[in-house]
Amino acid sequence: MMATETKMVSMVVMGESFRVPEGSTIMSALEYSGFQLTTGVGCREGYCGACGTLYREHGDYKLKGGLACQTVVSDGMHIAQIPFVPADKPSYDLEELTPDEDSFKKIYPEIFRCVACNTCTKICPQDIQVMDYIQCIMRGDIATAADLSFDCLRCGLCALRCPAELVQYNAATLARRLYGRYLAKPAVRLDRMVEDIKAGKYDEEIESLKTMEHEELKDRYYKREVRTK
Amino acid sequence: MYPESMQESIRKVEATRAKRVQVAKAGQPIVKPMSDEERQDVLKRFHPDYQDDARRPVRWGPNESEPLTADVADVLETYPRIVPERYDLSNPDFQTDVLIIGAGSAGFSAALLAQQAGVKVTLATKLRLGDANSMMAQGGIQAAVREDDSPAIHYLDVIGGGHFDNKPELVQALVSEAPGAIAWLRQLGVMFDQDDEGKLKTKPGGGTSRPRMLSARDYTGAAICRTLRDEVQNHKDIDVLEHMSAVELIKDTKGAVAGAVFYHLLTREHYTVRAKATILATGGFGRLHIKNFETTNHYGATGDGLVLAYRVGAKLAFMDSVQYHPTGAVFPPQILGFLCTEKLRGMGGQPVNANGDLFVYPLEPRDVESASFIREATERGNGVKTPSGHVGVWLDTPVIEILNGKGAIEKNLPAMLRQYKRFDVDIRTEPIIVYPTLHYQNGGVEIDATTATSVPGLFAAGEVSGGVHGRNRLMGNSQLDIIVFGRRAGMHAAEYAKKTQVGDLTLEHVNQVIETIEALNVPREKISPVMLPDYIPEHVKKRQLDTVRKGNIV
Repeated sequence: MMATETKMVSMVVMGESFRVPEGSTIMSALEYSGFQLTTGVGCREGYCGACGTLYREHGDYKLKGGLACQTVVSDGMHIAQIPFVPADKPSYDLEELTPDEDSFKKIYPEIFRCVACNTCTKICPQDIQVMDYIQCIMRGDIATAADLSFDCLRCGLCALRCPAELVQYNAATLARRLYGRYLAKPAVRLDRMVEDIKAGKYDEEIESLKTMEHEELKDRYYKREVRTK
Repeated sequence: MYPESMQESIRKVEATRAKRVQVAKAGQPIVKPMSDEERQDVLKRFHPDYQDDARRPVRWGPNESEPLTADVADVLETYPRIVPERYDLSNPDFQTDVLIIGAGSAGFSAALLAQQAGVKVTLATKLRLGDANSMMAQGGIQAAVREDDSPAIHYLDVIGGGHFDNKPELVQALVSEAPGAIAWLRQLGVMFDQDDEGKLKTKPGGGTSRPRMLSARDYTGAAICRTLRDEVQNHKDIDVLEHMSAVELIKDTKGAVAGAVFYHLLTREHYTVRAKATILATGGFGRLHIKNFETTNHYGATGDGLVLAYRVGAKLAFMDSVQYHPTGAVFPPQILGFLCTEKLRGMGGQPVNANGDLFVYPLEPRDVESASFIREATERGNGVKTPSGHVGVWLDTPVIEILNGKGAIEKNLPAMLRQYKRFDVDIRTEPIIVYPTLHYQNGGVEIDATTATSVPGLFAAGEVSGGVHGRNRLMGNSQLDIIVFGRRAGMHAAEYAKKTQVGDLTLEHVNQVIETIEALNVPREKISPVMLPDYIPEHVKKRQLDTVRKGNIV
């Protein structure tokens, strides 16, 4: 596939340099170099967080983080893949928790060690305000924490960079679950629909559709009213 | 940033935008939806499934002589990875009641319900927990919750979208349990989008007659899947086996499925799991790159479940149809084939051609919409070319911001905005180029409403199964499918396990497969399950002189 006239750049993997086509993502460059990936690879589209990668670009002292499937290689880039972050995941019963900071004191007490250095936010490949949501949790603002952390992919780079040894993404998951379970507004129509279905309100209509002759069903389908608003 | 060669076409799109917005604001369909005849015509002439080489009869097994998607028939006509004589089944490494293969949202739902039913659960996955297409779903999940909607209306949309081929009892379960599934997910803490009064936000999708798409921004699948994963991890009595790729299903001497043989992708050891009931939740086949299409699918989506099930004698249904998502990314090249959620069109995004003209109703069922894009770019010659030689049509995304107000994209489509921003395209002000991309396995292992397959002891749920969606799935119904049928699989497999005694284990069926495949003169190197796609370039392989590959696996 790769045309021979493609310009090549170098990517340094764990200290060893490889020549790869310009414009490659880190992930496709690794495969181009001969690695068959079994860790540090997942959805390949930026949704699963399996391919967190630390890198430094040529001539720049800054340590950066990115997703291997979403980050384009620059010439002379040094990379180290971070396929896994060591972190315990305690058990809890959501039904026994309250949507406030007390739940975190029980389950993730280490988050209160946050020194507000903002290193987590700087490394986040999703540009999430990581430190801000941790601070929100500490003061019991679970709703804002859930909102700010919504787009988290749990790649774990924040936890690796944290000098206070927090596992931010686990706390964020709990914050969102607490919000969804206790703070989200009741979905009134949903509950009514569930009850109606249980009471058999639609059974007859569905049964008649199930046994309807093909032509009649087709006719009904193409004549049905379509609403988009 | 778009190169100069594409700027002229962008100016044409900009020139027609105001008028198109005006039409959309009037509330009328901007282009009329197609009739049955128009749909059939565009499908027959332009959908990849209808090309001469798309299908061929499979030469052995439960579906013998039935025309299947050619790449699927190829994968079914392969040698197993292990030779039974050389494999010792006498001391299983793990014993369990319910074995679940696959850890996406269907597997998670099954695990939670089986655990709740009081049986021992083992959850095995090829990569990590949550490595699944489930995690990547963007736009939404369907459930009839509006006052002007009902499960019966949902039923009609599903079965019409599937060309009336769907199994009615499966569609009934799907639509009737949809609101209950959403309530369950909310109870577990999934955050669905709601308006200020608390009503669940609903958006239209392709082929829906009511706005029925519930969403969690455009991370809907992730919001659901990561919550279910967290809950599975709260139950330490659910045994988790990661990096374990299923190699074969095991039978017992009574002919029932009784577990599986696994290959550990990191340590390269084989393991035996003996189980009273086995649930396949292995997902779909996008990484087989059917007809060489790019795909939206997860790295592990190699159709392994189809092979496993077929070799124990399970019948497949609708394995002659493939879903191409109309809006796969075409530019920039780094995101070629990536999913651009249907929610972009659900919120008003308009497909337009190189001249800036509308050419199709934006929310036809996916197969019809895809075929129309292909027609526009080929027969009608109105496609847009990229510098790398790819072709597509415009999806005018700035319209979304105009119709829904400033900030609508950032709020409702943050994943899409981020996806393109990483490559210097701002979808709030610039349109994107899209073309159909391989997205979904419409058919699969045939199930009944209890998720039972045609082989005792074997259940299937989610994308690996067949029958729910007929020959074309509608948007938002796969997220629904994996919850509704994942839960059903967990419940029914647990019930089955409670009354089952496993006999002696055997891989005799694998010997029979080897004999059959030999008789078909299949080349020896054709091996499955595929497990992972092969992306190592040929010139590198030539240098890997003494590397032994079994199928794609080093």
